Amino acid sequence: MADEPLVLGIETSCDETGVGIVRGTTLLADAVASSVDTHARFGGVVPEIASRAHLEAMVPTIERALKEAGISARDLDGISVTAGPGLAGALLVGVSAAKAYAYALNKPLYGVNHLASHICVDQLEHGPLPEPTMALLVSGGHSSLLLAPDITNDVRPLGATIDDAAGEAFDKIARVLNLGFPGGPVIDRLAKEGDPAAIAFPRGLTGSRDPAYDFSFSGLKTSVARWIEAKRAAGEEVPVRDVAASFQEAVVDVLTRKAVRACKDEGVDHLMIGGGVAANSRLRALAEERCERAGIRLRVPRPGLCTDNGAMVAALGAEMVARNRPASDLELSADSSLPVTDTHVPGAHPYTHDHDHVHEISKDNLYS
Amino acid sequence: MLLLAVDTATPAVTVALHDGTSVVAESGQVDARRHGELLLPAVDRVLARAGVKLDAVTDVVVGVGPGPYTGLRVGLVTAATFGSALSVPVHGLCTLDGLAYAAGLAGLEGPFAVATDARRKEVYWARYDDARTRVTGPAVDRPADIAGQLAGLPVVGAGAVLYPEAFPDAREPEHVSAGALAALAAERLAAGAELLPPQPLYLRRPDAQVPKNYKVVTPK
Ligand SMILES: [Zn+2]
Repeated sequence: MADEPLVLGIETSCDETGVGIVRGTTLLADAVASSVDTHARFGGVVPEIASRAHLEAMVPTIERALKEAGISARDLDGISVTAGPGLAGALLVGVSAAKAYAYALNKPLYGVNHLASHICVDQLEHGPLPEPTMALLVSGGHSSLLLAPDITNDVRPLGATIDDAAGEAFDKIARVLNLGFPGGPVIDRLAKEGDPAAIAFPRGLTGSRDPAYDFSFSGLKTSVARWIEAKRAAGEEVPVRDVAASFQEAVVDVLTRKAVRACKDEGVDHLMIGGGVAANSRLRALAEERCERAGIRLRVPRPGLCTDNGAMVAALGAEMVARNRPASDLELSADSSLPVTDTHVPGAHPYTHDHDHVHEISKDNLYS
Repeated sequence: MLLLAVDTATPAVTVALHDGTSVVAESGQVDARRHGELLLPAVDRVLARAGVKLDAVTDVVVGVGPGPYTGLRVGLVTAATFGSALSVPVHGLCTLDGLAYAAGLAGLEGPFAVATDARRKEVYWARYDDARTRVTGPAVDRPADIAGQLAGLPVVGAGAVLYPEAFPDAREPEHVSAGALAALAAERLAAGAELLPPQPLYLRRPDAQVPKNYKVVTPK
């Protein structure tokens, strides 16, 4: 439909510079420049390196997305940008670019929540989100269970990790096994050749008195590392494939068990899984199996849309436009700890490009 | 010609419009922590004061530092995005050159030095024969380490105000002004001189350490 909102979204919360363009729930462009290779030798994302890479990639990625979508920037109905949560310096590059772009093109600006965007991206794959949607978000930065009755203004946190994010645990175990960074893909690959039942690693926070929807991966990580160290100390070879498979099983078992339980408890018949760890093949398979048994419809976007990208930000921006949510203003700031309940950051004076307005000169103005 | 100049390489968030002859409107606010929030409203204010819209701008000029990175990038990405959206050229100028030029406008004759706060007890600095001619730098150093070679020279900028023991002859202005930056750019462009690409002068490598090994968790 031609009258659906055409929105460009910018994402810079971590190490991917993403610019996506959508028309309503249709993906037109998804340009991503990643600095992941530069971080690899540090074993994790280095914020200053990420920020430098965002600055270099920002404008070229915007231009690439426009070309890919084959649209003119003048035709956009809005610009959306990740306002948080994420790395402060990295977010600021995207927010500054989005503000400048919105101002230069005279378009409304929407500062949106990164987590809500991870959920909303599924609209590009499977059509409008059912309301409510249950979402399990798992990546190197987040592990949360969220109930979303309205992705533009009502997202409720049911549970989250109390220590490490799930993706972080993959990275740390990969490091113990000397498999490099990031750890997710390589563990997924090795696990396919291992026995997930070989070693009984602990399932965090699954006792009857534990919080039903929170996660903990720190104890698992320590337990796996100790198991490996004990093998090494005994001079035995570490069965890397079995360790990878058993560790991965412990993570995805808890994730899917709690997600399905949340759906049942809340009477929600849809589960979406997003975030970088959603690309894990065992997580997808086990979620599929358990959802089917419980009569829940599973929605997982393709791996490229699960990791951080601009399309997800554009998807949520388009929904903001479609539902007439208030725009942000030119003072929009990056908020590294933006709560998930703040799906977007409406402005006190939504930006409308009104030049007739006479601006008061601030008292601390030095040169006027 | 209508130049829009921005500089966020120091605690000053400063914006100016220059018509090739003189500064048409200018804004400057000093707040080291809010570059992101302050810059666009300042651009809007300066344009409104001049009674023009952004699409009347023919060139964008941006201070490329050196300066604390997070703030510095706000100006650079804003300038680059304007350049792309408006299809106009974006020119970079060393922020310290802008300060030196401003000192010249205020009547200071060379030689002198410029120093700004680089945090971590260091300054970004450069040495000038006169307001238009940089001869050393930009560099980043501890004030005590360069006090000797700058002895007897007036020092312009907040770096001198912060470290009076190293730089006893502090001179105005303390803060960067986009008006001076724009005037310098207009002068150089009119003379057909090349300006810098709009890329940051970081001068320091990013803080990042390669982890030696993972920490062993088995108790000893
Ligand atoms: Zn993410």
